[in-house]
Amino acid sequence: MKTKFAVPLALFLGLAVFFAIGLTHDPREIPSPLIDKPAPDFTLPQLHAQDRTLSLADMKGKVWLLNVWASWCAACREEHPLLVAMSKAKLVPIIGLDYKDQTPDALAWLQEHGDPYDVSIVDAEGRVGINFGVYGVPETFLIDQQGRIRFKHIGPLTRKVVDETLLPQIKALQNG
Amino acid sequence: MPDRVIRRLLLALACAGIAHVAIAASAPLAADPAREAQVMHIAEKLRCLVCQNQSIAESSADLANDLKREVREQLAAGKSEQDILDFMVERYGDFVLYEPPVRNSTLLLWGGPLTLLVAAGAGFAWTLKRRRATHATPPAAQDDADARARARALLEDQPERRPENHA
Repeated sequence: MKTKFAVPLALFLGLAVFFAIGLTHDPREIPSPLIDKPAPDFTLPQLHAQDRTLSLADMKGKVWLLNVWASWCAACREEHPLLVAMSKAKLVPIIGLDYKDQTPDALAWLQEHGDPYDVSIVDAEGRVGINFGVYGVPETFLIDQQGRIRFKHIGPLTRKVVDETLLPQIKALQNG
Repeated sequence: MPDRVIRRLLLALACAGIAHVAIAASAPLAADPAREAQVMHIAEKLRCLVCQNQSIAESSADLANDLKREVREQLAAGKSEQDILDFMVERYGDFVLYEPPVRNSTLLLWGGPLTLLVAAGAGFAWTLKRRRATHATPPAAQDDADARARARALLEDQPERRPENHA
């Protein structure tokens, strides 16, 4: 009887397809509920001049990147050359959020690897990080002229993400 | 219980004890034990996003400690449990809740197992019914006569084959 085998075979193939699709998803990448929502407000001291602050309002009217990093974060080194290249191209202001770091370490790290940030701000206790839903470092947010988060990348930026997602989105936002 | 099992149990207990001490030492607790119990009660409902199979109560990851601090501070500021859970979901999404809320996107998650159980039960019942129907048909009369003849022949053969010492 052919149908006797057809049913289990179909069930098995169906499951196999589901599992195969499931395997392509990274369980560590949790979609952010903050996409297309206003970025959380913040006012933080600047890394290079701790008596001065930067707040969300200061960035109004610009399309900009918020890159969460730390000197203790190994994956941040991976993406760093890409950030340096982007800052040289002067496409958008890049703000560095130095997350739960020691200031001398952070300064030394930027000295050594190059400083792609227009301004670096210090989130020593990680509170602004929590407001942005940060759960790992690095993370990168694209924020529009109205201060809304339009895109979030979890983990180190890659050439592919920058070229295929980030840059087109930046262009679309800057033109629209 | 074999010695080996007991030794392993003791080792596991010791490890659990050490882990407990490590967690207790990792963060400043609320001064009031009842308040701290409330913090832990809420923390058990929140997933640690770094170590995804632990709640932030169990985890001593940096982020888990920060989120526990957040829970502690918000409770101290008079926020309710629901306020705090909403605060976390706003930032980290439904995934931060150990028990996902029932919505359209989670219907399959909540209803799937029950649907599978009902479908499997129905399939099983159907198979049983079908099998009973095929077995209930009486065997053909000719088969019956053949079988009786074979059985008789075997019974008649038997005394000759029986071993002597059993007689």
